[in-house]
Amino acid sequence: MMFAVGAAAVTITMMLALLRALLGPSVYDRVLAVNMLGTKTVLLLALTAFAMGRPDFIDLAITYALINFIGVIAVLQFFYSRDLRKAEERAAKSAHGGAVGPSQAGPQ
Amino acid sequence: MNWLDWLTALMVSAGGFFVFVGGVGAVRMPDLYTRMHATSLTDTLGSLLILVGLMLQSGFTLITLKIVLVAAFLLVTGPTAAYALANAAFLGGQLPEGLQDGASDDGETQP
Amino acid sequence: MIELFGVFLLALAVITAIGVVQARNLFAGVMLMGIFSLLMAATFFLLDAADVALTEAAVGAGISTVLMLSALALSGAEEKARSRSRILALIVVTVTAATVIYATFEKPRLGDPNAPVQQHVAPWYFDMTQEAIEIPNVVTAVLSSFRGYDTLGEVIVVFTAGIGVLFLIGAAAPKGRASPSQGDLPVGLKHHQPIRVVGKLAIPFILLFAFYVQFHGEYSPGGGFQAGALFAAAIILYGMLEGEATALSIIPAPVLFAMSAGGALLFGGVGVVCMLLGGNFLQYDVLLAGSPVGAQQMGIIAIELGVGITVAGTLLSIFFAFATRDQS
Repeated sequence: MMFAVGAAAVTITMMLALLRALLGPSVYDRVLAVNMLGTKTVLLLALTAFAMGRPDFIDLAITYALINFIGVIAVLQFFYSRDLRKAEERAAKSAHGGAVGPSQAGPQ
Repeated sequence: MNWLDWLTALMVSAGGFFVFVGGVGAVRMPDLYTRMHATSLTDTLGSLLILVGLMLQSGFTLITLKIVLVAAFLLVTGPTAAYALANAAFLGGQLPEGLQDGASDDGETQP
Repeated sequence: MIELFGVFLLALAVITAIGVVQARNLFAGVMLMGIFSLLMAATFFLLDAADVALTEAAVGAGISTVLMLSALALSGAEEKARSRSRILALIVVTVTAATVIYATFEKPRLGDPNAPVQQHVAPWYFDMTQEAIEIPNVVTAVLSSFRGYDTLGEVIVVFTAGIGVLFLIGAAAPKGRASPSQGDLPVGLKHHQPIRVVGKLAIPFILLFAFYVQFHGEYSPGGGFQAGALFAAAIILYGMLEGEATALSIIPAPVLFAMSAGGALLFGGVGVVCMLLGGNFLQYDVLLAGSPVGAQQMGIIAIELGVGITVAGTLLSIFFAFATRDQS
């Protein structure tokens, strides 16, 4: 019973996180929602493992904690490399523009 | 129910409350950084309360050790993920809400 | 009580699926797919299918998000607008969905002990696992001993899928091109010290846990598939932190190919050894003279290792094929 209360709170929070993921508005909000949901899943698994009387299934919670971190890092690396590529393209474009017409090379 | 069970019930309920507050914050707060503030702090506290509550139930066994592992991992990776997300969002041009108007004005006058 | 949570999570999963279909931004779609995977894994766990939940955790929530992001880095961010009408597709989907829903009316109730699936071979598996193999995790026994042929087929499928992806996106591309791209460009997450420090702290634990899942699979949820995915996840994390070129210099691509082929070969080889010792293909009883139970356990450990090696090698080859293509 005491686990069920915690599990209910965690499940409702999962719904709120899903709401944030669907609403957006920025991509970072969605990443935040996924990260939140990952933590909530770890907690839900731990709580239900005890509620079902199978506490050795806590292995799954460890897997989730590990994998969730990797997922978030992958997303952030995706952002960093995308920003880097955009900056490179911008630099290449401005260098090119500078070569053709120096008057156009202004602050962006 | 002995006193250990009561303590577990208290900690799990308190943890559930904090987790729920974080969820409400994630939906209700106005911009990304305040949402992160709401979720990352309550996540750490709520998760720890729930996991310590579970530890009290399992005694000195391998299961407790595994829960300690989960708790330690959440304690280290949660703030790291929050830092990385805030950093990526800031570098990606996402500004805090109050700063948005001021920054665009400041950008014109004093670069 | 537990069923209530299951129904709630399934409802959330349906909402997420609609969100995935609605999302025009592909990145949002990838994130929602990750959420879908988390919800499904929690549902599997509530239905007491811990091994499936572990697979979903390791592959669905972790590796497939990473692979989809790698694919997204090579393509545009928005879905292409389709102008053609999709009436035909809508009709096909509606008819299929109606058929599936109609079919569920004939399905036995969840957990009904009189359902055909509980009556046919399942009791025999439960009895024989205790009698002939003596390991607590029946799933591992069914997967690697009773249905060993199926699992061999799955491993071959994983191996073939890896070959297919490598043919499509070209594994040989980074040859000689990996070094110049390292020049002055920041590679990986080297300039983000907190992530790097914490990530590097995590890697040994992930590897240790992968080995635990691999070799403890007879006693707790887990086995070769999950362990292979976790092992791959640890190396992928290293690749993201230090740059793919550094990770590839530690485990070169030929080693990865050898791993994906070698694991499947190990699995098949165990079967052939069984034949040479006078048994049937994959009949482990003959591996150890005088102790059929020990022989079964030995065979299971050997083929699970083969599965793990193949899965890890294939997932890593696919990841590096995407990632190095991204750099060039």
